[in-house]
Amino acid sequence: MTESTGGIDMDEETSGVVKKFLYVNRKAPYGTIYALESLEVVLIAAAFDQDVSLAFIDDGVYQIVKGQQTKSINVKNFSPTYRALEGYDIEKLYVAKESMEERGLTEADLLVDVKVVSATEMADIMAGQDVILSF
Amino acid sequence: MLHTVNKSPYERNTFDTCLAHVKKGSAILLIEDGVYAAIQGTAPAKKLEQMMKTIPVYVLQPDVEARGMQSRVLDGIKMVDYSGFVDLAAEYPTVQSWL
Repeated sequence: MTESTGGIDMDEETSGVVKKFLYVNRKAPYGTIYALESLEVVLIAAAFDQDVSLAFIDDGVYQIVKGQQTKSINVKNFSPTYRALEGYDIEKLYVAKESMEERGLTEADLLVDVKVVSATEMADIMAGQDVILSF
Repeated sequence: MLHTVNKSPYERNTFDTCLAHVKKGSAILLIEDGVYAAIQGTAPAKKLEQMMKTIPVYVLQPDVEARGMQSRVLDGIKMVDYSGFVDLAAEYPTVQSWL
């Protein structure tokens, strides 16, 4: 437990609360810092053993597109991190069907396993959360 | 005039406003999130196709690669690197940076 809380000794009483967190990602990866910041906060929630889901809507779907090569723009390519989320028990990744299609993308263009959902289904997922964080 | 667009066409109207103000003899260079307008099979690309009949359109290759879009750029759009960007800026008397 101390390892996952960054060395802070938490007793079971306070650390036992598990909430459902949904991170809503709606920005393209490199034009702004939102995508990277979201990922950082996702990892924090994972460290606290929370029930984490990620939603990719609008330009957010670009975050998980395969083949990102950032060497020439001198920015860290954080896209491999999405593949590592599974190791933190973050496996609920939802992608907006309409957003993907509008951008000429298919599930095969994405670097992680996701569930493609309609706006109606996404609304249901949102309705089932305790906390929603928007990026 | 060289027009640059750095915003995603899905998030802002920058791209559309730029297209509405481009005259013959000008050129368009898509940079940063603006490169998403150049992806084949999309609504913005359809508008660009129309534009490319009279206006040269360029994309900044490093920004295309960063976003994983290198194999999806619309045919006829020219890829430039940073020195190509400088050449374009020098070639046209003015640069209009649509933000």
